[in-house]
Amino acid sequence: MSPSLPTIQPEDEARADQVRGGSYHAPEAVDWHPALFDYLLRLGDESLILGQRLTEWCGHAPTLEIDLSLANIGLDLIGQATLFLNLAGEVENAGRDGDKLAFHRDVLAFRNCLLVEQPNGDFAQTIARQFLFSTYQLALFEGLVASSEPRVAEIAAKAVKEVQYHAELSADWVIRLGDGTDESRRRMIEGLDWFWRFVDEMFEMDALEQELAAAGIAVDRTRLRRDFDVRVQQVLREATLPLPEYPRAITGGRTGHHSEHLGHLLATMQFLPRTYPDAVW
Amino acid sequence: MAADALDRDRIDRIMAVLDQVMDPEIPVVSVTDLGIVRGLSGEPVSVLVTPTYTGCPATLAIETSIRIALDIAGFEDIGIRTVLSPAWSTDWITDRGRERLIEYGIAPPPSGVAAHSMGGHEPVACPRCGSLKTQEVSRFGSTPCKALWRCADCFEPFDRFKCH
Repeated sequence: MSPSLPTIQPEDEARADQVRGGSYHAPEAVDWHPALFDYLLRLGDESLILGQRLTEWCGHAPTLEIDLSLANIGLDLIGQATLFLNLAGEVENAGRDGDKLAFHRDVLAFRNCLLVEQPNGDFAQTIARQFLFSTYQLALFEGLVASSEPRVAEIAAKAVKEVQYHAELSADWVIRLGDGTDESRRRMIEGLDWFWRFVDEMFEMDALEQELAAAGIAVDRTRLRRDFDVRVQQVLREATLPLPEYPRAITGGRTGHHSEHLGHLLATMQFLPRTYPDAVW
Repeated sequence: MAADALDRDRIDRIMAVLDQVMDPEIPVVSVTDLGIVRGLSGEPVSVLVTPTYTGCPATLAIETSIRIALDIAGFEDIGIRTVLSPAWSTDWITDRGRERLIEYGIAPPPSGVAAHSMGGHEPVACPRCGSLKTQEVSRFGSTPCKALWRCADCFEPFDRFKCH
């Protein structure tokens, strides 16, 4: 498949005047590849890291049904990561495929948001994290379906159908635990309170994404926030839970500033391919 | 697509081979009945395959099965290409595939509504006794594409293909 990246045309009149007046050198067609590569790492890494976290529940969840659910959600996320990271490798064109990017990068090179790398905590914390992430990711993919980069759009169109299940299942559990026993309610409140500090980062825009969004490749995350807030409030109301207190937000994951937890996760996840670099199965 | 490379007869013979390749997890339904073979495309001529779920672990096994079946039938020159778009939908499961799912004990997804209905909350007939008194036990089942249900009349648990 050949890349079909848009070229940038001088848009506004002022610029066009400058072009006509000869004082402005029309830019070469913008090379989006480096920015797109970074963006794809952000998309792929957040799915990969949360998928890895969820596999830690395998065999440990409270009931068989939710054990299967968490493993299945993890599998979907790792499937998304495979698609995004393989595409990142294609865009980078330096001989790295999805596996190479997943298993042979160090912690500072990971571009996931901080929420997904946080430890599972108790079951309610895991549900809180999943609910916040899947609600955000559903809005993100609904936007990316219209990306001007067709390879991104088709991954989003594929994955959005799966994420609807994740969002629905985790919302059901927030309601069940929140409107459950005193104990489950207390833990659900604590889980949401803890993860609330990582919410802002998911909707944060930087220069890289602003440029990609202006070209129609990326989604303007700030526009997703309203839908997210509405949906979260709706579910919390049904769960008879208070909206979490607003703590100071923590950000930095997408530029490689991670919590200490990511390194430990990578040590487990990357051990085998790094110890036996030619291992295949 | 080169006419000489893919005449009608050749297409039919290739599709007949694919009709015999079964899904590894549901070995009564072929890859064509499941709707994951999207056709043939050339040049070079390839079988177009689309995954059911992004993370479906059977994807590689399915590709391998197709490869082996094609090789045995003498179609070593036919490639296999994965396509993502348009995304697979349970609406593509054929009528024959749906019948085989029921015989195998799996409730098929309702047809023609995948694009509009995600939940799969509507009543579903028990594949064993036909009763509509059934309930969902778990949204996620033994494979990514199935949910776990239970019949309130014959008390048998069963898998339900998720509407997707």
